[in-house]
Amino acid sequence: MENKLLVSLSPHIHKKESVSRIMWAVVLSLIPALISGIIIFGLNALWVTLAGVIAAVLTELTLEVFTKKKITIFDGSAVITGILLAFNLPSNVPLWLPVSGAIFSIAIGKQVFGGIGQNIFNPALVGRVFLMASWPKYMTTFVKPFNYDAVASATPLAALKEGRILENIPYLDLFLGNRAGCIGEVCILALLIGAAYLLIKGYISWHIPVIYIVTTALFTYTFGGKALFGGDWLFQILTGGLILGAFFMATDYVATPLTIRGQVIFGIGCGLLTAIIRLWGGYPEGVSYAILIMNGATPFIDRYTKSRIYGTK
Amino acid sequence: MKIIAEFTKGIIRENPTFVLALGLCPTLAVSVTVVNGIGMGIAATFVLLGSSIIVSLIKNFIPDRVRIPCYIVIIATFVTIAELSMKAYSPVLDRALGIYVPLIVVNCMVLGRAEAFACKNNFGRSFFDGLGMGVGFTLALILISAIREFLGAGQILGHTLIKGFEPVFVFGMPSGALLVIGLLLGFFNVLNNRKK
Repeated sequence: MENKLLVSLSPHIHKKESVSRIMWAVVLSLIPALISGIIIFGLNALWVTLAGVIAAVLTELTLEVFTKKKITIFDGSAVITGILLAFNLPSNVPLWLPVSGAIFSIAIGKQVFGGIGQNIFNPALVGRVFLMASWPKYMTTFVKPFNYDAVASATPLAALKEGRILENIPYLDLFLGNRAGCIGEVCILALLIGAAYLLIKGYISWHIPVIYIVTTALFTYTFGGKALFGGDWLFQILTGGLILGAFFMATDYVATPLTIRGQVIFGIGCGLLTAIIRLWGGYPEGVSYAILIMNGATPFIDRYTKSRIYGTK
Repeated sequence: MKIIAEFTKGIIRENPTFVLALGLCPTLAVSVTVVNGIGMGIAATFVLLGSSIIVSLIKNFIPDRVRIPCYIVIIATFVTIAELSMKAYSPVLDRALGIYVPLIVVNCMVLGRAEAFACKNNFGRSFFDGLGMGVGFTLALILISAIREFLGAGQILGHTLIKGFEPVFVFGMPSGALLVIGLLLGFFNVLNNRKK
């Protein structure tokens, strides 16, 4: 504790951390999930991701040249947006879908507000929700894993929503990604490897992801089953985009609360909304909407969780 | 010369939708198709013109304290005329516009021009102000609804333009209206700032 209060005079040791360094580390942490996506869904997954990334970077470049602002395409943030957006798409979409989604993400989700550090909402999720509202047909047609001929299949959550009896996918299959779903969300193992890297490096804190996941699990355990306290919480954690959203999108630096108290509220809010949308909402999956809604609430959370200035009441 | 300026200012420099940001609720609600936009624009222009003329003519007889109710009564009269004519002559358009025709009564653009302009200016200037504002409102509606109809349904005035174009549903929804109006507002602000 004493060390924490000690502030020495300059000169300080300069740390190499910078925005672009952190952003490229996040890109690196997403690579395992990309590889798993390519293994599970075939090369289509790679093309969709590349299309998203290239469109995001080009849009950022075009808008910054057009508005005569500093060119920020090399800091990696547009690359992350492109990857995360593509991770939220099925692998068999036509390539103009990730392209238009990425353009929307960067133009409306980010540059309209003033570029990096100014966005109110997570740009990748803005793009995904735009695609979901505009072309739902493509966004909800998934293919079976390890079946490169593109046989349509429902995601486990969609099957649950329609009240169909689950084909009893073993938890291990869910964990490794042997199920229908979006490119980046299926392989929990790969996502956890990336998340662990970010946590060890200290680029994200555990508060939001862990509280988010635990809240969702508790809520679905309590209300998700036929009887009270009979929900299949492990299934709820392992399916859908919960792990991807919790570790990589709910931890966006810009659109989430600053204080730990605020982050706890943010995590609980995300968890509750996700569980409510999954159990009673119109869509099978609610992660993206939950995070966006809580992004919108972030300024208020920040206002009411200001840390006390030392020496005041 | 001045009178012509009263007319033209409503079209770009003081466009009710993009610069004054008045009358946005009907703009958001009815701009799904160009036909709706034109219908709404004509109805609002008629009401605006009528109320501007009457208010400018009788402004000296209206007691200051009850001027707003008086304006509302005048506006409501013209709205009723517009609504009943629309019901009689083009019931299809009336059904498409629905509640938003009677709601012109509370359109802040109409009341705003009566309060801000017609009650202080003579008949001629009020006439051209009302006409200019109405035309500006109609043009803005046509622009917004053309963008929304093209992107949201792939059509303009019901004609498909590009074959194989997959409509962007979101532009047919209220969120699309907010998006289009917001971007156009920003665009016109940039234009106006550049002129200065």
